[in-house]
Amino acid sequence: MTRETAQRPVSQLNYSPKRERISGFFGRHIIRVIGALATVYLLLPIAVIIVMSLNKPAGRYNFTFNEFTLDNWTNMCGPYGLCSSVTLSLQIALAAAVAATVIGVLAAYSLSRFRFRGHGSANILVLLPMTMPEVVLGASLLTLYVNVGIPLGPLAILLAHIMFCISFVIIVVKARLAMLDANLTEAAADLYATPWRAFKRVTLPLAAPGILAGAVLAFALSFDDFIITNFNSGNAMTFPMYVWGAAKRGVPPQVNVIATVIFLIVMVLAVTMSIVATVRENRSR
Amino acid sequence: MALTAAEKRRNWTPYLLLAPMLLWLLMFFLAPMVTLLMGSLQSGSFTEGFNFTFEVSNYVNAIVAYWPWFLRSIGYALVATLCALLIAYPLAYMIVFKAGRWKYILLVLVVAPLFASFLVRTLAWTTILADEGVVVGTLRSLHILSPDQWLLATPVSVIAGLTYNFLPFMTLPIYVSLDRIDKRLIEAATDLYASGFRAFRRVTLPLSLPGIVSGMLLVFIPAAGDFVNAQLLGSVETQMIGNVIESQYLRALDYPMASALSVILIVLIIGLVTFSMRRSRADELL
Repeated sequence: MTRETAQRPVSQLNYSPKRERISGFFGRHIIRVIGALATVYLLLPIAVIIVMSLNKPAGRYNFTFNEFTLDNWTNMCGPYGLCSSVTLSLQIALAAAVAATVIGVLAAYSLSRFRFRGHGSANILVLLPMTMPEVVLGASLLTLYVNVGIPLGPLAILLAHIMFCISFVIIVVKARLAMLDANLTEAAADLYATPWRAFKRVTLPLAAPGILAGAVLAFALSFDDFIITNFNSGNAMTFPMYVWGAAKRGVPPQVNVIATVIFLIVMVLAVTMSIVATVRENRSR
Repeated sequence: MALTAAEKRRNWTPYLLLAPMLLWLLMFFLAPMVTLLMGSLQSGSFTEGFNFTFEVSNYVNAIVAYWPWFLRSIGYALVATLCALLIAYPLAYMIVFKAGRWKYILLVLVVAPLFASFLVRTLAWTTILADEGVVVGTLRSLHILSPDQWLLATPVSVIAGLTYNFLPFMTLPIYVSLDRIDKRLIEAATDLYASGFRAFRRVTLPLSLPGIVSGMLLVFIPAAGDFVNAQLLGSVETQMIGNVIESQYLRALDYPMASALSVILIVLIIGLVTFSMRRSRADELL
């Protein structure tokens, strides 16, 4: 017990039903109330996106709800260039996710299973791109491309996306590898498996959930990236670039349809994964 | 004793596995930093070409011309970081200690905004904060806003956007650090007659400090460099340094000035981060 409490007069420690009720109520509920309000704050814009995808805008701007319609959903590719921009974003995101995952898994394996000179510096190098504001990453890449003569466009975007995705893949895969028992690889080696065979037959399957999570994260980051892409795209039109351009002259409601579709797909995946996690945790208890 | 061929190869294995990553970051992260730094010391124009003349005056000109934008960016980013902390901490606390079986669903809801496109969810705020919208209507009827005042295109809407967009990066680290706390420590504190608040202040809060610190970094850094919120939710008077860098590169094509501004932004952020880490002694916690 601390001194202050010990010195407090006895009368103050006496039970006070009213105070007890008030502080008890707050103790029990205030956190829930704040948490609920925060959840509303998080979800409100998403609700707006979905509602406005069902809106028939009165003028050029899709800011206020005018009239219910399903036209935007049946005519998703209506606005010129919208669907081709989504296709380009999907292509870049797929290529970036595959490349960043391959490069990242090799590096994560090296960083978590070997001790070597320069280990610490390599770990710091991986984190560095994440500590830079994206404007600076995009701007510095622009100066590189201009100096070296790489034309701005889809290739320039892809090279940049692979760069910032690698760090995220490494962090996710390393976390998964740290959970695995390194002795399993040794057991495989004791049973005359070559290092490559041990990696392929033991480590890779066990790390698969982490690798998949890293790849999905890289895909999502690349698909949604605007700030870096903005500096390197030239005339190439990705989905975020389309939205940025449209924001100046009025965003067509179909953009909300696309955003809703993407949101629902990822949400279904995430909810499934979280249910699996809950079930597993309950089972292990 | 000489190493066998297999042992020699084994020594090189970690480096071989790292090589693609090192090469990629060397080419597309470190090399751009060098060209950025070199570019900031050049003179000339886009049409006539830039020459390296060790033009330190670029930095002087950048600071003299744009210091208000730097100040505004740091200010907005600080306020947004504090707002995010005030929202994220109770939220993470609720998820860890009160949510029970709703825990994972709530975690998904926390990251849900990241699944909706960054630009589209920022644009959604223009609907929410619009003059005819619910928020402005409520504030006007409560006489907090007079009828000739509005929220869009003010610092309030820019900071609200920044807070919203980076909130998950605050919530997740705090959630992780709270979740890791051994609950028996809090029980021990209450067993020793600490009140609920006292146990929180002396046990839970200090143990969650690493999460708070990394959350603040993860919000402050992207917020200080952001130009999307200021562009979509703000006005000319709420432009941040990111807007200046963007327009200097892509519209004015004044690469030396833009590069100098970028370098100053990096130095400013690194400086502020290390300063505050030292002051809060947070580096000892990490």
